[in-house]
Amino acid sequence: MQRVLDSRIWPLAALAVIVVIAPLFFSSLYDYRIGALVFIFALAVVGLNLLMGFAGQVSLGHAGFLGIGAYAVAIGPTYFALPAWFSLLVGAVLSGIVAFLVGRPILKLKGHYLAVATLGFGVLVAIVLTNEADWTGGPDGMNVAHLMLFGWKVHGSDTWYWLAGATFIVGFVLAANLVDSPSGRALQAIHDSETAARMLGIDVARKKLTIFIVSAIYASVAGSYLALFDGHITPDVAGFLRSIELVAMVVLGGMGSVFGALVGAAVLVVLPQALTVFHDYEQATLGLIIMVFMIFLRRGIVPSLSAAFSGWRR
Amino acid sequence: MLSVENVTSSYGRVEALHGISLHVDDGEIVTLLGANGAGKTTLLHVISGIQPITSGSIRFQGTPFERLAAHVRVALGISQVPEGRQIFAPLSVADNLRLGAWSRTDDDEDIATDLARVCTLFPALKALSEMPAGALSGGQQQMLAIGRALMAGPRLLLLDEPSMGLAPNLVDQVLAAIRALKDDGLTILLVEQNARAALAIADRAYVLETGRVTLEGTAKQIQADSRVREAYLGV
Repeated sequence: MQRVLDSRIWPLAALAVIVVIAPLFFSSLYDYRIGALVFIFALAVVGLNLLMGFAGQVSLGHAGFLGIGAYAVAIGPTYFALPAWFSLLVGAVLSGIVAFLVGRPILKLKGHYLAVATLGFGVLVAIVLTNEADWTGGPDGMNVAHLMLFGWKVHGSDTWYWLAGATFIVGFVLAANLVDSPSGRALQAIHDSETAARMLGIDVARKKLTIFIVSAIYASVAGSYLALFDGHITPDVAGFLRSIELVAMVVLGGMGSVFGALVGAAVLVVLPQALTVFHDYEQATLGLIIMVFMIFLRRGIVPSLSAAFSGWRR
Repeated sequence: MLSVENVTSSYGRVEALHGISLHVDDGEIVTLLGANGAGKTTLLHVISGIQPITSGSIRFQGTPFERLAAHVRVALGISQVPEGRQIFAPLSVADNLRLGAWSRTDDDEDIATDLARVCTLFPALKALSEMPAGALSGGQQQMLAIGRALMAGPRLLLLDEPSMGLAPNLVDQVLAAIRALKDDGLTILLVEQNARAALAIADRAYVLETGRVTLEGTAKQIQADSRVREAYLGV
């Protein structure tokens, strides 16, 4: 039994079951919409968690990459007559290149200094998206054409639910494999002691840069999905609050837990919807719940619960 | 094997090493003695490439070394056991050892042979291989740190304070292991505060004071030196 529980198949199977079972509890298309948003955000959070939870490098500007991905699928089809799926790829490549150029200088910074530098990057992207109104429509944003796949128009919250769910599973598997590889162990080594990692011959700067690029691509794809799903996009997608939200999802779900990404995203997407019954106190209640989570599950929801569970089983 | 000439290095504007020269020959254990802040750790870091060099030269097996990146130096055959062990606490003992072999390009069989050697040297590690490294005792962690460095397949091993914080019987165990490594043909540069223990296993020694070499000689000569006896051996 222990063997089965610890194997790599089990989280993947659990995830597939969650994706398939969840709609049984949906009562409207709106629920599918929420589900799709959970998976889209979870995709970005899985990537950010690789950077934060495994490599131990913080980014307060990851919404910048969300913005690049989102505007790629808006601008590509509108101005260059590119298909939306191709624009998504262009956005991912562009995000990777931007992450490379930005990451090289700023990943030398540590801790708070890195946090502020990444924050600056995120703000910069949001300002560019707001000010280049000729291309982006400025603060009002721009419309995004439907995604066409093999001559089939992807629309409707239920369709997006399945597409986002499937994409998240792919992103999850890639991340889980990375974590379980020598490269993944090297990232955890960097997190634990950068000096010791260097002494073992790990090229720390290069490893950090690589994972920064990977996490940027995750965010970019999520941003593209968000734009294609909503059909309209504003610079808020790249805003500071979005970056904070992504970080909160990582920490709440559990740093260093691939599964935690889904839980963190689910809590922060679903809770605000569920809390609308509190009307004026919605935000305050949300804040209170997050605080209670962090006080009682201080390592994040998934790692804290799994530690408690394995302690109880013994 | 290693020759260091007129090496200087600084932290910001404060120079920590003021022109250090030393050499380590094949198969030797050379120890660096000195008080806290004398520059021993800094010198090891300059040799392994963790701390940038300001001027001077380092040659390892005849190759100029001082401008190479740290990970290249590991691949060429230098590995360091850091001060305070710095094992990767959340990872398992086995994963720590696997990470030691990170820079190796030779085939898995050679790495497996080295893993077996590490397990023979430190039998405790084998029994604990699936434990998180953070759960090990101080002595076991030190053995893991040495084992991890050995997995890189070094020709020169830099050891920084391996006896720090260990109970006396464990200090003896660690020193015996270092001695065994030398008998296996490994060359070792050992930084140690426990001068008596270090001199007992070393062939030669250098005494560092505030970033300069003030004394050098065979372990016997250094042991007999009246200043050393007073300052470091407490006789």
